Amino acid sequence: MNFEPRIIAFLCNWCTYTAADAAGVARMEQPANVDVIRVMCTGRIEPMFVLKAFAEGADGVIVSGCHPPGDCHYTNGNFKTFRRMPLLGTVLSQFGIDKGRFHWGWISGAEAPKWAELARNFTDQVRGLGPLNWKDQIASKED
Amino acid sequence: MMDAGRHPNITLLTNSEVTNVSGYVGNYKVAIKKKPRYVKEDLCVGCLQCIDACTYKEAKFPDEFQMGLGKRKPVYLPFAQATPQVVLLDPDRCIQLKTGKCKKTCSDACDRKAIDFEQKEETIQVDVGTIIVSTGFETFDAARLPYYGYGKYPNVYTGLEVERLTSASGPTAGEVILRDGTHPKSVAIIHCVGSRDEKTNRWCSRVCCMYSLKLAHMVKDHTGAQVYNFYIDMRTPGKSYEEFYDKLLAEGVQFIRGRVAEVTDWAIRPEEEGKLVIRAEDTLVGVVRRIPVDMVILSTGLEPQHDSAQVASMFGISRSADGFFAEAHPKLRPVETNTEGVFLSGCAQGPRDVPDTVAHAGAAASMAIALLNRGEVTISPTVANVDEKLCSACKTCLSVCPYQAIVFNADKNVASVNDALCKGCGTCVAACPAAAITGRHFSDEQIIAQIEGLLREPKTAEGARP
Amino acid sequence: MAEKLKLALYWAASCGGCEIAIVELREKILVVDQVADILFWPVAVDTKYKDVEAMPDGHIDVCLFNGAIRTSENEHLAHLLRKKSKVLVAFGSCANEGCMPGLANLYDRQSIFNYVYLESPSVDNPNKIVPQTTNKMPEGEIQIPKFYNTVKTLAQVEDVDYFIPGCPPQPPQIWSVIEAIVQGNLPPKGSVVGANEKTVCDECKHDRKEKAIKQFYRIQEIIPSSTQCLFDQGLICAGPATRGGCGALCTKVDIPCRGCYGPPPHVIDQGAALMSACASVVDADTEEEAARIVGGIADPIGTFYRFGLPASLLHRRKL
Repeated sequence: MNFEPRIIAFLCNWCTYTAADAAGVARMEQPANVDVIRVMCTGRIEPMFVLKAFAEGADGVIVSGCHPPGDCHYTNGNFKTFRRMPLLGTVLSQFGIDKGRFHWGWISGAEAPKWAELARNFTDQVRGLGPLNWKDQIASKED
Repeated sequence: MMDAGRHPNITLLTNSEVTNVSGYVGNYKVAIKKKPRYVKEDLCVGCLQCIDACTYKEAKFPDEFQMGLGKRKPVYLPFAQATPQVVLLDPDRCIQLKTGKCKKTCSDACDRKAIDFEQKEETIQVDVGTIIVSTGFETFDAARLPYYGYGKYPNVYTGLEVERLTSASGPTAGEVILRDGTHPKSVAIIHCVGSRDEKTNRWCSRVCCMYSLKLAHMVKDHTGAQVYNFYIDMRTPGKSYEEFYDKLLAEGVQFIRGRVAEVTDWAIRPEEEGKLVIRAEDTLVGVVRRIPVDMVILSTGLEPQHDSAQVASMFGISRSADGFFAEAHPKLRPVETNTEGVFLSGCAQGPRDVPDTVAHAGAAASMAIALLNRGEVTISPTVANVDEKLCSACKTCLSVCPYQAIVFNADKNVASVNDALCKGCGTCVAACPAAAITGRHFSDEQIIAQIEGLLREPKTAEGARP
Repeated sequence: MAEKLKLALYWAASCGGCEIAIVELREKILVVDQVADILFWPVAVDTKYKDVEAMPDGHIDVCLFNGAIRTSENEHLAHLLRKKSKVLVAFGSCANEGCMPGLANLYDRQSIFNYVYLESPSVDNPNKIVPQTTNKMPEGEIQIPKFYNTVKTLAQVEDVDYFIPGCPPQPPQIWSVIEAIVQGNLPPKGSVVGANEKTVCDECKHDRKEKAIKQFYRIQEIIPSSTQCLFDQGLICAGPATRGGCGALCTKVDIPCRGCYGPPPHVIDQGAALMSACASVVDADTEEEAARIVGGIADPIGTFYRFGLPASLLHRRKL
C-alpha cells in the first residue's frame, strides 16, 4: 500500500484556522492528509503538543497563526510562539526527527490559497521523507 | 458643546490628558493630568478684557485655529465658540511665565482676579466603569510630498487653510486671497493628497472629495475664479452628496480625472509665467495637460494621531494595520474594542465625516450606557485559571500575558488570573512549567484527547477512514 | 509484636547512590532493622536470585527497586520482583524517569559499543576485541544478559505501585515513606510518595521576579547572585518544572536545580515543560532576536531532558 502521511496541524482560531476554513469553503484543492486542531492562539501551543503528536504517530506537524508583529488577535501571543518554536525545532532535530517534518509559520485569515498550498506542499514533502512510525521506535527493536 | 459643558452629569476637563489606565470593565481607574491654563476656570467669564490689556499691543503669534494664517496674543481664547469660554495663557509666549518680568496688565484688567500665574499641573484620579476613546485624527502633512510644493511655493495651501480663508470668522473675514492680497483667477484643487497612495497612506480618507467639492463651490462663489478639481475617483456616497456633485458640475467647475504629478513654477509657455503649473494626465481624454493656476489647494487626507501607539497601549486596545484603533468586528461591532468596557467613537477608529461620526458616537454612548445600566458583564468562559495547590510562585507566567491579567498574590504566594481581563489566549497555560494553569475549554487533556483521537485510526491511501 | 515487614531492595542500571541514601538514614537504619527483615539486597545481603525465585508469590511486602532497565537481567528482575512482592516501588530517578542511564537513549547499542570498546580516545584496542554475549564452557554455553538499545523506566516494563522520586531520594523523605508503610498509611496505588505536590520553587528562598531573559548562561559562565532567582539571572534552573521535596538543596548553594525529582504532578513531559517556560520569557520582540537568544542554549535536549529522557513522550532519539 502506498504510504500516505498523517499530518497534524495546530492552527490559531483567528488567522490560519479561518484561512483553512475559507479554503475548504472555496473548494481549493487540499489533500486529506492534514488534520486540524484548533486553538484560540498559537500562544497556547506548547512544545508538548507537538511532541505528543509525533509520539502518537504523526508523520508531520504544522503550527500556524497570525503574522507578527501586529496581527495577533491577542496582541502578542504569537511572540511567545516565535520564541518557543525555534527551540522546539532544535530539540526535534536532536531527537532525530527531520526538520522537514515540522513546519511553523504564519498564515492570515485572508490567505486561504496560501493554506491550501502549504497543505499540498507539506504533505508532498513529508511523503518524500517516508513514515515516521514513532511508536515502533520503542516497541522493542532489541536485536 | 455648550450643552455638554453645562450638563450636571458631565465633568468637562479641558487642557488635560489621560496618563494612566488600570483596572478592568466596570472598575477602571484613570489618572488624568490637568495642564495649567494659568486662569481660574470658575472665576473667568470670558469677557476677554485681559486680551485687550495684554502688553503685546498687536497679536503677534501664529493662531493655531486659523491654521497659522491669523495671529493671536499669548493670552487668548482658542476659538470663538470654545467651551468652556475661558481664556488661557501660552507658557511659551507669555512674558510673565517665561521671565517673570511683566507688568501683568492682563491680571490687572481682570476684575475677577481670575488670572493665576502660579497655577500648577494637577493629576487627578477618576473611577469609571466604561471608557470611550474619541481622540480623532491628524491631517496628512502636505510637506511630505515635495512635488506638490507645499511650503515651497507661497500660494500652495492645504484644504484646512482655505477653510479658514472662506470662513466669515477667519483671518480674512471670508476673502479668498493669495499671500500678496490679490484674488486668484484660477484655482486648482488636488484630491487624495496623502490618501490612496502606496508611498504614504493607502486608504481613502473618505471626507476629502466632499470637502474638495465644498471648497470648489465656496472659492468659486467668493472669487468667481476658474476652478479645476483633479481627482482619481469621485467619492460622494452620502445622502444628497451625489446631488451636490451634480450642482458643482452645473456651476462650471472643471473636473479632470488624473492624479497630479507635479506642481511647478517652471514656465514653458508665456501664459504660465508667474503662475503655478499643474501637470497631470487627463486620463479620460488620454493626454498629459499643463494647467497654469494662481492658487493650489491640497486636499490632505486623514491619518491616525502620531501617538496612537502609546494611546492604544495605555487603554489596552489594539490598532488596525492602518494605525487607527481597531474595532472588535469590521461589520458587526464598529464601536467596541476587544477590551471590554473600552469603546471607540469617531475618526479615532477610521476616517468618517460629521453625520457618520454623530451616528458612531451615538452608538458608542448607548453601548457604554447599556453596559453600565446592566451592572454586570457576561465574560467568556474560556479563561485561564491558576490551581493554587500547584502554583509554586515561579512567576514565569506574569510577563507573558498580553493583558496583564495575571497578578501575583503575595499573601497566598500564588499567581492569580483576573477573569474580567483574561481573554483566553492560553499563553500562560502553555508557559507554566508546573501545569498549574488550566485553559478552560482548551485544556491539555482536551487537546491531547484530540491528538490521540485523530491518530488512533489509520487512514487509507485515499484519505478516508476505514 | 506485629510481624516484621518483609523488605527487598534491588539495583538495576544505577550508580549505587540510592543504596547510599538508605545508609544515610544513619541511626534510623537500626529502626528499619527492628521493624523489617531485609530478604534481598544485593549490595548488602547475600541472598541469590534463586532464593527469590523460590519464594511464594507476593511473599515480599515491599520491594524498593532502584535503577533503570538497561539489560535483560534488569528486566528479568523487574518481572521476578513484581511477582514476589505485594508492593513494588520505583525508587529514585533511574527507576522513575531513567535518569543518567537514560541519556544513553540518544544513542543505540552499536554506537555505544563502538565508542566504548573501539573509538574512545583512551582505548588502546588494536585487535578490536569486543565482548561476546555467549561463551562455551566445559559445563555448557553461558550467556551474558542482553544489552538493550533503549533504556526504560520500571513502569514501562512492569506494574508499579508507588513512586519515590529523587537522585537520590533524600533520606528524610525515605524515612517518611518507611514510616507510612509501617503505619499502613499509604495513599492510593500509583501515587508519588516522599515528595511534594508543588515544585522546587516553593522550597527555594531566592527572590523571584517577572522574567525577561536576554541571554542564557551555563553554570560556569557567571557567578550568580545568592539572593536573586537563578532563572531570573539566565541560568537554566529546572526548579519551576521539578517536583519539590528535596528541600531545594541545590539552589540553596546557588547551583541551578537540574530536575532530579522529576516532573510536577500533571506535567507529562518535564523537558517540554521546562523548554516552554524558558522560551516564553525570552526578552525578544522579533523572530531573529528570539532565535538568537534560544540558539544560545548549549545542548537543549541534554539540558531539558537530563533526568527524564526515557519517561518523556518520545522516550529516545530515533533509531
